[in-house]
Amino acid sequence: MTTNKASALALALCLSFFAAGCKKKVPAPAPPPAPKQEAPAPKVVAKPIVKFFTAEPATIERGQASSLKWEVTGAETASINQGLGMIGTSPSGGTISGNRSVFPSNTTTYTLTATNAGGSVSETVTVNVTAPAPAAVKDTPAPKATFGEAIAREIQDVYFDFDKSDVREDARNVLTQNADKLKTIFRDYSTGTVTIEGHADERGSAEYNLGLGDRRAIAAKEFLVQLGVPADRLRTLSYGKERPQCTDNSEACWQKNRRDHFTGQ
Amino acid sequence: MKKLLVSFLVIAAAAIAQPRPDITGSIMGTQKAVIAVPDMRGAGRAEALMSIVNATIFRDLEDAAVFKMAPKSMYPTRVPQQPTDFRKPLQYDPNNRNAAPWLQDWSDPPVNADYLAFGYAAEKDGQIVLYGWLFNVKQADVSSAQAFGKLYFGPVDEAGARKVAHEFAADILKHFGVESLAGSKIYFVSNRSGNKEIWSMDYDGQGQKQITSYKSISTMPSVSPDGSRIAFTSWALGQPQILVHSLETLRRIPFLNPRAGTNQNPSYSPDSKQIAFSSSASSFSQIYMANADGSGIRRLTNTRAVEVEPKINPKTGNDIVFVSGRGGGSPQVYRMNSDGADVQRLTTGEGQATNPSWNPQGTHIAFAWTRGYDPGNFNIFVMDVNTREYVQLTSGAGRNENPTWAPDGKHIVFSSDRGGRSQIWSMLADGSQLRQLTSAGINEKPAWSK
Repeated sequence: MTTNKASALALALCLSFFAAGCKKKVPAPAPPPAPKQEAPAPKVVAKPIVKFFTAEPATIERGQASSLKWEVTGAETASINQGLGMIGTSPSGGTISGNRSVFPSNTTTYTLTATNAGGSVSETVTVNVTAPAPAAVKDTPAPKATFGEAIAREIQDVYFDFDKSDVREDARNVLTQNADKLKTIFRDYSTGTVTIEGHADERGSAEYNLGLGDRRAIAAKEFLVQLGVPADRLRTLSYGKERPQCTDNSEACWQKNRRDHFTGQ
Repeated sequence: MKKLLVSFLVIAAAAIAQPRPDITGSIMGTQKAVIAVPDMRGAGRAEALMSIVNATIFRDLEDAAVFKMAPKSMYPTRVPQQPTDFRKPLQYDPNNRNAAPWLQDWSDPPVNADYLAFGYAAEKDGQIVLYGWLFNVKQADVSSAQAFGKLYFGPVDEAGARKVAHEFAADILKHFGVESLAGSKIYFVSNRSGNKEIWSMDYDGQGQKQITSYKSISTMPSVSPDGSRIAFTSWALGQPQILVHSLETLRRIPFLNPRAGTNQNPSYSPDSKQIAFSSSASSFSQIYMANADGSGIRRLTNTRAVEVEPKINPKTGNDIVFVSGRGGGSPQVYRMNSDGADVQRLTTGEGQATNPSWNPQGTHIAFAWTRGYDPGNFNIFVMDVNTREYVQLTSGAGRNENPTWAPDGKHIVFSSDRGGRSQIWSMLADGSQLRQLTSAGINEKPAWSK
């Protein structure tokens, strides 16, 4: 079990590193399918297998995080309900694995659905949420984080492909989580605006990158607004390549710089 | 059939091998007078300043790229200091070491000069005085040889030495119908104060001065052709917006930015009354034109692509070159009429092409292109806008960006990180005579103005 968990974690880390790479994922308008090697006879496709789908820890206090982990083989697509959305695609029916922190405020059952041509399989996991002692609830707001601190802690950067401002698959997932968190934070703090900063890597011209960073910030804003985040509390700010997070001459570094970053004021 | 194909290929290859019209040759010109510029001597307190005087004159003349500089190692030992030093010999003998200086010392081999710039400096009434003459040494006697002789005055210090030297060199250039670059300024961006601010310097890198102090990011300067204003892009107000300063008072003057997340890349029309810029007022960054104060705005392009860096033809005022990612491709250089009509792509679609800049004659653009290199590895190219023929001026030496032309149409200033960090460099429009002009901090986005 321990080794299984460790290897799953290693695989997850490995995949998340791969996901950060610059290679553009499979483009949406599919080219005509390449002729298959096998005989074109109709083939019975086995249903995908959910190797594991776990929540660690399975019981949390309200406000704490539980980590969902999964590994699916043979699926073309896999998704989790409760607003997490698509967790991966693999047209070749390979392995989809990963993890995600969730912060349910009540006991929640998550359903992972893996699908391929042979059909769908689902697996569920429940995160039990216990309410902290009422006294503790009264106590916690005392050292309440500022709005800016809450944004810095909760809202994750989203990343883009080179010379692109489309919201990538992985960015859609992050933005979906960000939307939930923003709605919660905006409920908790009646004032405060979030600035979505659009950044670019150093390779384009400063002038073009300024326009590109603007598009990246707007793309995230539009996505969040579609998910119900109030537009009047979001503003955009392009820095182009003027404020890089990283200055190495490598794709890993360029990817870090092709991002939207969120700050609260 | 095969034979036909082969002969077609041969013809095609021959067509490709045809020498292309010499783009840089047409810019640089070919006929050049040979000039000799021997070191001058100085008397009194001027003596210590002569190395500056001599170096400045030589560099101004060499940089102007209108002369062939006679090699100094060939100069005769008999150097005149004033016209009366010349004595016409009865029989010219180049080997007579005791003879007085004569014109043929310079016009004959091995110097082979057409012109001689000479003189001396002295201290007089607390000033440095430079006595400078230009002689056409191909003439038969001293009186017909003299093109001009003139006195130049300045304070007895390094700045004064540069002043008199620049003025003498400018008069020599004027004699050949060429405007000296010595009075021109290069505006650029430097972070040496801790923030990106706008700076200025002389064409040779001397006299570097900070123009703005917003302690934000201020970049992409552009000077109005009348020299009265400088416009740039700054985050001083929060989002990147266009700011304009008077170059007389150096103070900010009003500019009405449209409501937009980004307003950037201001660039003036030839009469300094219009300004082209890019703005994301309508979602995507697009090309706009307005009056110089930002009023009377009109949109010139209408695409769902990032479009930046409009530059108005400085001669006609009618053509605008700009950069666009339209068609889903990588950024390329396009042209259009000043009303936005007749858009044509100028670059081939390869790589990323950015930073177009017109030469003062409005016939050629310099720009940065990654053609043949990885993304981000820009080189400087020059293109004849009519024929679309282009020539590459730098190669394989880091990122070379933001070329802009000198007022003489022969020099280009650009930024390059070939030495590690981005610095400002100048070169001739044929890629030769490379000079590094800055070294403190990171320096970029040069703009050369009169």
